[in-house]
Amino acid sequence: MSANIRPSGVFDTSYAQDIALNRTRTDKWLSNGLFVVLLLLPLLSSEGPLGLNIVPSLWIGTLNRIAIFVIAVQGLNILTGYCGQISLGHAAFMAIGAYTGAILGRELGMTFWLALPVAALVTGIVGLIFGLPSLRVKGFYLAMATLAAQFIIPWLLRYPLEPLTNGSRPLDVPVPNLFGISFAADGAMFYIIIPAAVFLSLAARNILRSRVGRALISVRDNDIAAEQMGINVFNYKLLAFFVAAMFAGIAGCLSAYNTNSVSLDTFLLDQSIAMLAMLVIGGAGYPLGPLFGVTFVLLLQQIIIPALIPPLNNVLPGLLPFINPVNIYAALSPLIFGLALAIFLVFNPRGLAHRWEIIKIAWKLRPFSH
Amino acid sequence: MEDSTVKLHVDNISLSFGGIKALQSVGFSVQHGQIVAVIGPNGAGKTSLINSITGFYRPQIGAIRLDGVDITHLPPYKRAQLGIARTFQNIALYTNMTALDNLMAARHIHMKANALTAALFYGPARREEIANRERVEEIIDFLEMENIRKTIVGNLSYGLRKRVELGRALALEPSLLLLDEPMAGMNVEEKEDMARFILDIHERQKMTIVLIEHDMGLVMDISQRVVAIDFGIKIAEGTPDEIKQDEHVIKAYLGQEVQPENAADLQAVSE
Ligand SMILES: Nc1ncnc2c1ncn2[C@@H]1O[C@H](COP(=O)(O)OP(=O)(O)OP(=O)(O)O)[C@@H](O)[C@H]1O
Ligand SMILES: [Mg+2]
Repeated sequence: MSANIRPSGVFDTSYAQDIALNRTRTDKWLSNGLFVVLLLLPLLSSEGPLGLNIVPSLWIGTLNRIAIFVIAVQGLNILTGYCGQISLGHAAFMAIGAYTGAILGRELGMTFWLALPVAALVTGIVGLIFGLPSLRVKGFYLAMATLAAQFIIPWLLRYPLEPLTNGSRPLDVPVPNLFGISFAADGAMFYIIIPAAVFLSLAARNILRSRVGRALISVRDNDIAAEQMGINVFNYKLLAFFVAAMFAGIAGCLSAYNTNSVSLDTFLLDQSIAMLAMLVIGGAGYPLGPLFGVTFVLLLQQIIIPALIPPLNNVLPGLLPFINPVNIYAALSPLIFGLALAIFLVFNPRGLAHRWEIIKIAWKLRPFSH
Repeated sequence: MEDSTVKLHVDNISLSFGGIKALQSVGFSVQHGQIVAVIGPNGAGKTSLINSITGFYRPQIGAIRLDGVDITHLPPYKRAQLGIARTFQNIALYTNMTALDNLMAARHIHMKANALTAALFYGPARREEIANRERVEEIIDFLEMENIRKTIVGNLSYGLRKRVELGRALALEPSLLLLDEPMAGMNVEEKEDMARFILDIHERQKMTIVLIEHDMGLVMDISQRVVAIDFGIKIAEGTPDEIKQDEHVIKAYLGQEVQPENAADLQAVSE
């Protein structure tokens, strides 16, 4: 009901218009314009050729990180948000993509442009294998099965594959190149990462409004009915695992080439849980959920919490003399993070994207609020 | 081998869950274009019978044939592709989708898009969306649900959800429609609408329909044949008039050999 509100006075005149993403010309200009402005940002930073310093170059790095996680969480959204299969192994899939991309570049000298799709495919296949338990188990039990991936994959990368992965130590990753242009700086990687995030987000959005997306949601909403309505439920569960892992693989590979280094401890269970948190906060099952959730969580983790810690660290030890100040300091970040999430979810149980829909409807229906 | 006028042949199926014998050697056949009603008291095995036809349950003994083809070992989704569609006794819609999307989801077997073509949503994938949307809109018109098209079905009234479920089954364009108590829990007006839709579908599309219904009055009005089961055993089969007179049926419903005075009695006892 809510997804199809148009501004007062705008009527769809064909089914083609009814299913379009941008239903009005204004929508189209807005979204295209936003994309162009985004692409201009690095040019306005100190890294740009114009020598301007309007946009802090720190922002570019932050935007890259956000975009990489948007890709990963878009994948998780397809698996968990649309298809209803919970995964606790998403960070491990990112690791597969990161290491596959890195090793292909290092050992085989493969160009980044080929390593990226190969890494995506390899990760997709690994995801498919770890999705096999979904044939038999659901919900909590499936989460446990995917947890196995989260332990097995990093272990494999750390020990048996150490000669290739450098084990627990960071692995250097080459710099992508295109016709002699080097993508070493954040400002350059921006032009790979942002279009990739936009393209993959659109792809996810398109899947959602097609036969495939409806099949995935059918499986989530009622797998028993779906099977009897002609949908091969198991195939679609596996497809969801494959696509989700592929997105994670792309995100992992991009992050490896973005920082020119991979290390295992960025792909552990806490990261898998953080991505689930991003999805839930942003709104699972909403196309914009990943963007909202990732932005919120990364800003919270990287800007808001670091700003809160020094003042709290000055006050709290005095209030809690019985706790070792060192322990207080160590607990602050996860504590604030957890608290923020809990408070947030109490007020926005359906996520930011849902709230956004409500705001959008109110805006489009103006001046008639009914 | 099979009589070519037979659409569905339930060939003496037996189904048990552990110690519970839900169906015991139940057999009957349905002619092309017929409406057959299945009746029986609560727990008789009616839903189990439908579930066995769709493949959700697997009878341990016996066979199911559709148009003479043995489908006993096919999974449910393949049977749907062969033309079997159903509604559920306890509505099983896709709760978070709109009514329109519930119907569009049922067009699955008539569409081709895969993850890749869907992701690009261009050319054939887009045309396919529009063509199937047109088919679905015809069903929406037919079932008079234009104004609930874009309502999330979880927010609809019980009667309307039942109607959306019928629409979803029709969107599969089946050749055999299985309806599990399509009118249960509805008010008189909704029941009349539903009966009208079922008769319309039957008339216009020559659809073969198997229908579970408790209301004997309705069964008499709509169906051409009736199969009665009790405790998993077929106790009678015949025309509605024959069934009304059948002593086994009367016994099953009343637990004693009393002639029911009218159809309402049968229903009252069964609920
Ligand atoms: N999945 C199952 N597991 C165990 N027992 C089942 C299952 N499904 C059905 N049964 C049993 O099989 C018998 C027949 O049930 P069924 O649902 O087919 O009856 P019904 O005729 O549809 O009844 P109602 O009029 O209440 O819908 C019942 O005893 C029921 O408990
Ligand atoms: Mg039943």
